[in-house]
Amino acid sequence: MATPTIIPLWEVFIRSRNGLAHKHVGSLHATDATLALQAARDIYTRRGEGLSIWVVPSNAITASDPAEKGMMFEPAESKIYRHPTFYDVPEEVGHM
Amino acid sequence: MTAGNISVSETPLVLYTLRRADDALILGHRLSEWCGHAPMLEEDMALANMGLDLLGQARELYSYAAKVEGRDNDEDKFAYLRDVRQYRNLLLLEQPNGDFARTMVRQFFYAAFADLYWRVMMRSTDATLAAIAAKSEKESAYHLRHSSEWIVRLGDGTEESHRRAQEAIDLLWAFTGEMFEVDDSERGLIDAGIAVDPAPLRAQWMKRITGVVAEATLTLPNNGWMQQGGRSGRHSEHLGHLLSELQSMPRTFPGATW
Repeated sequence: MATPTIIPLWEVFIRSRNGLAHKHVGSLHATDATLALQAARDIYTRRGEGLSIWVVPSNAITASDPAEKGMMFEPAESKIYRHPTFYDVPEEVGHM
Repeated sequence: MTAGNISVSETPLVLYTLRRADDALILGHRLSEWCGHAPMLEEDMALANMGLDLLGQARELYSYAAKVEGRDNDEDKFAYLRDVRQYRNLLLLEQPNGDFARTMVRQFFYAAFADLYWRVMMRSTDATLAAIAAKSEKESAYHLRHSSEWIVRLGDGTEESHRRAQEAIDLLWAFTGEMFEVDDSERGLIDAGIAVDPAPLRAQWMKRITGVVAEATLTLPNNGWMQQGGRSGRHSEHLGHLLSELQSMPRTFPGATW
């Protein structure tokens, strides 16, 4: 089957039944946002995975460069004091 | 073929239920024929999903028909061991898939009706039919949305997609009148509040499809002549081919399991 024109790519985010945030689940092709949302429903929520869907044009995402990972991420690795493991979170705070 | 046809005691409620079950099975089977052949993977999944919705509706309706009939028929026997003349589905739904536009127009015409129909059926005095309707209405509402979006894009798309969508409308239009037909066996059920009278739904159906078709820059035919016969077993030549594929395994190896 010929694909006459290039169909845009979309990234799909689903919020699950008990989830608090939308999570990236994959991508798909669709000619516009409405069809992308429908395709996301048909492809990624067939087993009751979600209660909410976001679709975002893939080209709207600005990504970090893998070649820069040393500069970007390694400085954080040596700073364990940033992890909240040196104090107790009170019950009342709930989900953080 | 070693397994022969079953006989069915078509009391009004059994017949009524079988007609709706056959609608769902035949259209669901048609959609399943797209599996692996759709223009793109995303639509392949969408068509299969709609087919599975319809297959689920068919199973519930066949099971209920078997219960009402009270003989030894069951959902599989209804699906696999009745011949063309025993099938009661709308002629519209057995029409071949054709191209993608024709499949979408067929889906659009039917879903626009089914959504209205199931919504009224939810108030049936028959608790089982009302429950089936509640589930089916949500499914058909999505089928309508999905097909409507495609009608607009095909009609208001390229010259070729517009031409194909218009050809599909012109070809299938004569099969739409049958959805609103009522015969004597249904009249009693309608009076008892069990069945839905489809005639009053016609104006709403027209309004719905007219809006989408206009947005799609397509036109509905003026032709008012309508084909009928499916409800009493007089089908187009296409149903026989469909059934031979659908039924070949259980006909050839009765009771086979895997």
